[in-house]
Amino acid sequence: MSVAMQTATAPALEVRNLTTTFETSSGHVIAVNNVGFNVMPGEVMGLVGESGSGKSVTLRSIMRLIHAPGKVSGSVRWQGDDLLAMPERQLRKVRGGEIAMIFQEPMTALNPVLPIGIQIEENLAAHTALDRRQRAARALELMDMVGIPEAARRLKSYPHQFSGGMRQRAMIAIALASNPKLLLADEPTTALDVTIQDQILKLILDLRDRLSMGVVLVTHDLGVVAATCDRMAVMYAGRIVETGRVADVFAQPHHAYTRGLLGSVPRSGAQRTMLLSIEGTPPSLSAIPKGCAFSPRCSFATDACREAAPALEPIAPDRLVACFHHQQVAASGVSA
Amino acid sequence: MMNTMASQVLISAEEVFKEFPLPQNALRRLAGKPLLAVHALNGVSFQLNRGETLGIVGESGCGKSTLARCLVRLLDCDEGRVRFEGQDIADLHGAARRGFNRRVQMIFQDPYSSLNPRMRVREILGEALSVHKMRPRAEIPARIAELLDLVRLPSDAADRFPHEFSGGQRQRIGIARALAVEPDVLVADELVSALDVSVQAQVVNLLLQLQEQLRLTVVFVAHDLRLVRHISHRVAVMYLGKIVEIGPTEELFSAPRHPYTKALLDAAPELDPARRTRVVAARGELPSPINPPAGCLFNTRCPHAFERCFAERPLLTDRGPTHQAACHLHEFGLAAIPQIQDVEFAP
Amino acid sequence: MTIALETTATPKRRWRIAKLPGTLVLGGVILPASLVIAFFPNLFAPYDPTVFDYNALLAPPSAAHLMGTDSFGRDVLSRVLYAYTIDLQIAVFATLGPFILGTILGALVGYAGGFAEALLGRVVDAIITFPFLVLVIAIVAVLGPGLMNMYIAVGVVGWVFYARLVAAEVKVQKRLDYADAGRAMGYTHFRIIFRHLLPNSITPAIVYLMTDMALAILLGSSLGYLGLGAQPPAAEWGVQIADGKNYMTTAWWISVFPGIAIVVTGLGFSLLGDGLAELLRTKK
Repeated sequence: MSVAMQTATAPALEVRNLTTTFETSSGHVIAVNNVGFNVMPGEVMGLVGESGSGKSVTLRSIMRLIHAPGKVSGSVRWQGDDLLAMPERQLRKVRGGEIAMIFQEPMTALNPVLPIGIQIEENLAAHTALDRRQRAARALELMDMVGIPEAARRLKSYPHQFSGGMRQRAMIAIALASNPKLLLADEPTTALDVTIQDQILKLILDLRDRLSMGVVLVTHDLGVVAATCDRMAVMYAGRIVETGRVADVFAQPHHAYTRGLLGSVPRSGAQRTMLLSIEGTPPSLSAIPKGCAFSPRCSFATDACREAAPALEPIAPDRLVACFHHQQVAASGVSA
Repeated sequence: MMNTMASQVLISAEEVFKEFPLPQNALRRLAGKPLLAVHALNGVSFQLNRGETLGIVGESGCGKSTLARCLVRLLDCDEGRVRFEGQDIADLHGAARRGFNRRVQMIFQDPYSSLNPRMRVREILGEALSVHKMRPRAEIPARIAELLDLVRLPSDAADRFPHEFSGGQRQRIGIARALAVEPDVLVADELVSALDVSVQAQVVNLLLQLQEQLRLTVVFVAHDLRLVRHISHRVAVMYLGKIVEIGPTEELFSAPRHPYTKALLDAAPELDPARRTRVVAARGELPSPINPPAGCLFNTRCPHAFERCFAERPLLTDRGPTHQAACHLHEFGLAAIPQIQDVEFAP
Repeated sequence: MTIALETTATPKRRWRIAKLPGTLVLGGVILPASLVIAFFPNLFAPYDPTVFDYNALLAPPSAAHLMGTDSFGRDVLSRVLYAYTIDLQIAVFATLGPFILGTILGALVGYAGGFAEALLGRVVDAIITFPFLVLVIAIVAVLGPGLMNMYIAVGVVGWVFYARLVAAEVKVQKRLDYADAGRAMGYTHFRIIFRHLLPNSITPAIVYLMTDMALAILLGSSLGYLGLGAQPPAAEWGVQIADGKNYMTTAWWISVFPGIAIVVTGLGFSLLGDGLAELLRTKK
């Protein structure tokens, strides 16, 4: 872990009260509910959750990539400016410029009919003052930087001629074209094999060091968080239920959901034993239970949990939990 | 675990080859060039003992799903044979084949496509029971209730359609269908990979319980190393259609004897944030299965490759009483044994 | 220990008229009404459709004859109503045979793949090379005019469209895991094809059947008009239009009212087909 995380520096990104709602045929859906977190410069922040937890919608809301009928409220402060209140013109400079985004499925995020080189140069033209020649040189440099072999030849290749891992590298090269200060990564390795995932995650960490950019990494894989993130936020049913430094959260989860998630992943040394599973399935966003959304699946739940949702409150430095019984949860450890 | 049971071979694969021909280019054909094909299995051999769980791991394209399908004879192998209780399954016909199909069951990966969307759960289970005449007609409803209870679904699930269930519940229905015919062997192909983490654990727990309860033999095919390690007695690691290493789970995970196994283990992210590394576990990417490399299949990515690896394909040879690896470096991983074991079994 | 069914399971679907496609509702009104007329034309027709009335030749629409009379003094309204029996019979008989035959063959071919599929493809190509009507007329010309021969002619040609639709769909479905699950269970091919694959593949064929019925009515009328289908004394829309063709300028009602009946009934089938397609699409 090489990251500098002085508490003195101001956060690069400050998300406050972010709420994203959708009007659907089955009613009012709150996909992201009052979410807030900070990302320090050069820090990797992990956003973990299962399907429907709102982690990807949060990321898209930050970038104002939510289409009607979705509505986003709250504030996303980026170097003093509120991205959510910013005029479209100014936003375009930030988006893909200071803040870049990469997606789970590079095949759908890349334009299939344009060679990779053109797509990188496009982004360079939009966000830098380089001339045509410099752009071509820079594109080559970026391809090298993300570890694409035979970069000069590959610039002329189309996305379908790349393997999954190479496509993800190409997408990262496009994202880096504008020298971003923040990289938003939405499940960047979920579609990849484990050895390729390992290469991509380590590439992201190396680039973070070299370019000192912050990273928000959305994933459902706790292993990925453990191996790459500095801090993490666990999301459930649209809310953040626990945040903290990765080492702290893994050592002692304070929310029953975090505990259940960690317990659901097999650990070495306990082969063929029952896993600490969570009963039931994550709720659908159109039918979020009353009170604490996790209470129907929670073995610690009491009547209080079913009445009102606990607020996300600090319990230690740099550690927030939304659970009435967090002390009990912490005391019970992570084995079944 | 295994010592308590007589190691009786139930299924064995002997040098199984399988390729899938690609659409042929007329020019290539005229030129008399060899026909293009994906070489999914390149000589796979192993034995499955009664009562054990064999994990099969590998990355996409390694042939693990093809192997699973060959084991239940959804695919016929091109060369080599699969034996069930000593009998070549390719020779089974009529009643014998149906008997084999009953005793060796498969559970599928995709909970959304593996159940007929137009049949209620009662019909899905009832069909399996009646086709194989597992119960007299009158006892079928009671047996359906029993099966649902076995996989921990409420009895009112019987009258619902698959689309009314979540992914985890559908996998339970798939398991119930397989168990309806009281099989000896379950072949589970990526049983939980489509499910949320918290739901995966439920299904894994269910599988472990059912195996104990019903004395099942299980082939657990998956790409998730942690899961395979958790569930399996023995593990086979596949790469480009070949088993590169096979051995008892703990032995293989704590001291891998093949460089690919080691790379795979190193690449899987550690759950312990304190044990991070910044070293990339394996360089390069999987070569094309249409044109696999000569010599050792892993030679394009192996940091230890030397001349012999490019000339000669290594055979699976013994590394221990029940541990085999296919690598010219017989000593590979030997040095790591004590050191890793220290870490592994430290209090 | 049994876990309860979670709320993620979608609630049971309730059919509500308001949610049904408008086309389906409209088609669903026209067709049953047509069927009632087809089965009981005597309840609605004011006159016998074949009785000549020499006192009212070519009478224009009036209170006594709402759609006028033809050159033999037959009541046009009564003939239009009685024609429902024959024309709907054509719609059903000319399509049901091809539908059943084509669906079964298509399912078998789609499942078998390989040579059978290639063969079907060539047969389809061969048949669709000819314009449908011309081919049917040629066959009827060989067999001789009449309804039975018309059914045979349509049947010989029509099944390929169903076979092609069903084969394509079965080919998609058989790759899904539930088909493999059936094979792994040791189920027979017959069971897998007809119990599992066909129910999941037949929807496009049913939608096409509705459209095809509309086309069959047009075809029946066309052949009737040309004298190759229903034979003259019988009341049939095509025959009626042919009867009136010499009087178009003086007694337009003889041809126009049967024409309207063709349009309305054909529309009913088409709307039902469209509505059904829309409904089944949204259901997915």
